[in-house]
Amino acid sequence: MANFWERLLGRDQKSARQAKERMKLVLIHDRTDLTPSAMEALKDELISVISRHVEIEPDQVRIEMAQDGREQRLIADIPLRAARRRRLG
Amino acid sequence: MAGKVVTVTSGKGGVGKTTATANLGAALASEGGKVVCLDADIGLRNLDVVLGLENRIVYDLVDVVEGRCRTRQALIRDKRLPDLFLIPAAQTRDKSAVSPSDMVRLCDELRQEFEWILIDSPAGIERGFRNAIAPADIILVVTNPEVSAVRDADRIIGLIEAEEKGPARLVINRIKPEMVRRGDMLSADDVLELLAVELIGLIPEDENVVMSTNRGMPIALNGKSRAGTAFRNIAKRLRGETVPFDELTDDGNIFGRLVKLFRPGGN
Repeated sequence: MANFWERLLGRDQKSARQAKERMKLVLIHDRTDLTPSAMEALKDELISVISRHVEIEPDQVRIEMAQDGREQRLIADIPLRAARRRRLG
Repeated sequence: MAGKVVTVTSGKGGVGKTTATANLGAALASEGGKVVCLDADIGLRNLDVVLGLENRIVYDLVDVVEGRCRTRQALIRDKRLPDLFLIPAAQTRDKSAVSPSDMVRLCDELRQEFEWILIDSPAGIERGFRNAIAPADIILVVTNPEVSAVRDADRIIGLIEAEEKGPARLVINRIKPEMVRRGDMLSADDVLELLAVELIGLIPEDENVVMSTNRGMPIALNGKSRAGTAFRNIAKRLRGETVPFDELTDDGNIFGRLVKLFRPGGN
């Protein structure tokens, strides 16, 4: 029972699971040579370029790296600002 | 006959490249293939002691490459297996004494006479590694279920792909099934998921490896040991046989079978 509560509270994370989670992140950055701060810079530049053409929601922009086998993929989710308001105005 | 060149590499040192090379050589030679093991770790020679051939060295890899002897003169025949040969590394030189094209030329010559040419690569990603993979037809990457070894393996696999020498095949060495069961060691599946590469062997941690290395007698020649069986399975897979990956199950002895009986899930 103690085990159950510990697991529920997230205290009992096994070391192998921690290793795997940590390695996933490390390998993504190793493979692309992109540090977290470089990713932030990339995101800011993307926002400014895209904003020149369409109105977007800068706070909701998400950029992440996904792994597909040994291929890395950069996934950007960029919500556009609702066009409806402009039409009304 | 055109032999196949298999390079054993890893990135990180100490994960078991030399042990793997010696044992795959012994396993392939014991099944009747003519095999030469080539120690490409110039300056840090070790394959000779692991194979128990350290007292018979006259010429080495650098002597061959620099033309001080004929290739045949540098070949040392194993004491037990008449089909197993070694070309030792030079101990007093460094990696710059040999170039990737030297290795390609030497291996092309060896291919005429040997069915398998196994190259023991040095650790690292420098010249010695480039030398070792230049002539390879098949590259085996050895790793351990530990973060540092997995990270270095990933780097090496990337370099192998960039050189268009891939796909590399993975050997996971020194697995402790009991720790994996407790959730305190990365499992083979975890490592494969992280590295996204094809598996060719799982080697359980086995004290017999140290003991057989002490004697200079490859464990693959020991019919009963678990690590020896695992190395022989890799040799079979290299020869194109389909062998299931059940090296880590505990049912090798009567105790293991009893445990299995009471814990059918094996979990």
